[in-house]
Amino acid sequence: MKRFFGWSARRGAVLSDNRGGPWGPSGGDEGGGSGGDGPRNPWGQPPRRRRAKAPGEVTSLDEFLKRSRDRIGRGFPPNDGRPYWLYGLVAFALLWIFFTSIHRIGPQERGVVTTFGRYERTMQPGVGFSWPAPIARVQKVDVENIREIPVPTNSGTENLILTGDQNVINLAYSVRWNIKDPQRFLFQIAEPEVTIREVAESAMRAVVARVSLEDAIGAGRAEIEQSVEQNMQQLLDDYGAGIRIQGVAINQSVPPDAVNEAFLRVSAAQQEAQSDMNDARAYALQITAKAQGDAAAFEKVYAEYRQAPEVTRRRMYYEAMERILSRVDTTIVEAPGVTPYLPLPEVQQRRPGPQQPQQGGQPR
Amino acid sequence: MNPVLRNPIALIFLAIVALILVGSTFAIVPETKQAVIVRFGEPQRILNRYRAGETFGARGAGLAARLPFLEQIVWIDKRILSIDMENQQVLSTEQLRLQVDAFARYRIVDPLQMYKAARTEERVSEALRPILASALRNELGRRPSEALLSPERGEMMDNIQEALNRVAVQYGAQIVSVRIKRADLPEGSPLDSAYQRMRTAREQEAGSIRAQGLKQAQIIRAEADAEAAATYAQAFNQDPVFYDFYRAMQSYQASFLSPGTAENPRGRTSIILSPENEYLRQFRGQR
Repeated sequence: MKRFFGWSARRGAVLSDNRGGPWGPSGGDEGGGSGGDGPRNPWGQPPRRRRAKAPGEVTSLDEFLKRSRDRIGRGFPPNDGRPYWLYGLVAFALLWIFFTSIHRIGPQERGVVTTFGRYERTMQPGVGFSWPAPIARVQKVDVENIREIPVPTNSGTENLILTGDQNVINLAYSVRWNIKDPQRFLFQIAEPEVTIREVAESAMRAVVARVSLEDAIGAGRAEIEQSVEQNMQQLLDDYGAGIRIQGVAINQSVPPDAVNEAFLRVSAAQQEAQSDMNDARAYALQITAKAQGDAAAFEKVYAEYRQAPEVTRRRMYYEAMERILSRVDTTIVEAPGVTPYLPLPEVQQRRPGPQQPQQGGQPR
Repeated sequence: MNPVLRNPIALIFLAIVALILVGSTFAIVPETKQAVIVRFGEPQRILNRYRAGETFGARGAGLAARLPFLEQIVWIDKRILSIDMENQQVLSTEQLRLQVDAFARYRIVDPLQMYKAARTEERVSEALRPILASALRNELGRRPSEALLSPERGEMMDNIQEALNRVAVQYGAQIVSVRIKRADLPEGSPLDSAYQRMRTAREQEAGSIRAQGLKQAQIIRAEADAEAAATYAQAFNQDPVFYDFYRAMQSYQASFLSPGTAENPRGRTSIILSPENEYLRQFRGQR
């Protein structure tokens, strides 16, 4: 640490000396005059003096180095003749080798090792060793991570696709993929993400162009997803991209906004038809239940009737008449000849009280 | 020991010179690049050239040497590159306009030819882009628009790829695939008329669904009526005469016993009976 300190201090001194150097103000001897403490820069001297000591350039350099070594040495224990920076260099080299040749490959990663640019091997998870940095290079690739590419990129826009029956649908989907083959992924394709996106769009359109609008919006979705996935995988394998398509998911498959109204009308019509049919079914249940009830009632009565037809018949007749006549206004007239003279409207007029049937129903 | 070697400054100087020398002699050829070694603008040899079906790490990539300062390396991408095309309006044989967007993938297989003809990958892409557009227009213009949406599309793409490849060879490139990314109806009247057609088709569907619903409802009702009639017939047919009587009784009660109002609970029916009436038979004391 101290060593670095010394270095930087000296560099600072060199810089400041330079500032007053050959191109600086020709104050001259000021710089030369400072002895012991501050380091002296031979190039910091004004040209006049330098010319005077012309052959001594190397000498002054030596002198400078010696002085600085002295200065550094002052704070250090005496060394065995080897310069300190050598130790630093060795330490640095060791650290460098340590950090660039030992690689920790995570469980989801693979390390692609290239030696002088040439592919050598792929490291499996764990700790791997390689040559140090400039010779070998290890690119860690996350192969387990499943990445997702949404199409369209921003969810606000419509992604219109032509279907096989020349209709237009608005389709949003996403592609999930991971890396199958790390070295192919790194070396084979220039822009993997862009490639996947383009391949996805192309495959999706090719597949949707073969199905009808109904299938694309409703029942055929799973099939579309599957064949797009297969298409994409095939194409990417043709490229040798080292990519595995995990799945294609259609998030949204709807008619375009411009015609959505008409589609809503269809579903309204479906609801309407359904409710018509429900009404009819309710009516049917009601009518058949009533028929069964009536029939059952009739059969019960009929069973009794057969036991004693005449009596039952009369009983029923009288009961019915009783029920009717006790509740309605009843008029009894004697002969057919009288009928026309009866003030019928008056008869029809409601008169409260029980006297009316008595009045009309005079027994004779 | 040589005093020069003991001088640290000289050592550093030597090291720098050596580094420069090494750096300009040796080059690392990565797996993703092909290299053309050029001496004074004249191509000398090719490193890491693409060969079909070759696996990585076999040969090619790695450390390469050249004459320092005399030879230069021109790097050329070895990977699959893409040409993106601008949206093209294509007119099919039945005068239907389509907005077509395609892309092609290519790879430089002859770096030397490519270096002579184009120098950089960008210029290859630029040169191929208009060719792709015109090949697409030609091919699609000869077919009805359905072809674009049908399985026939594959054959069409092959034709385009062939046409494009003929040009690409001149640039040392090989077309890997041509695909139509999107084929849309252009904005404006073509799209609007498609929308209009979709709308009317939906309306037609809605109408037919409604009519079907009504039809089904009617059938359900009729079937229920028929079933009820059968039930009635089966029960009542046991004794039509008794049924006549039984039903008449029910019917009289139902029609004459109309519900009364609050101020007149007896209802609105008045009955005028002749003494001859069956009901009054006993009333007259006759038998």
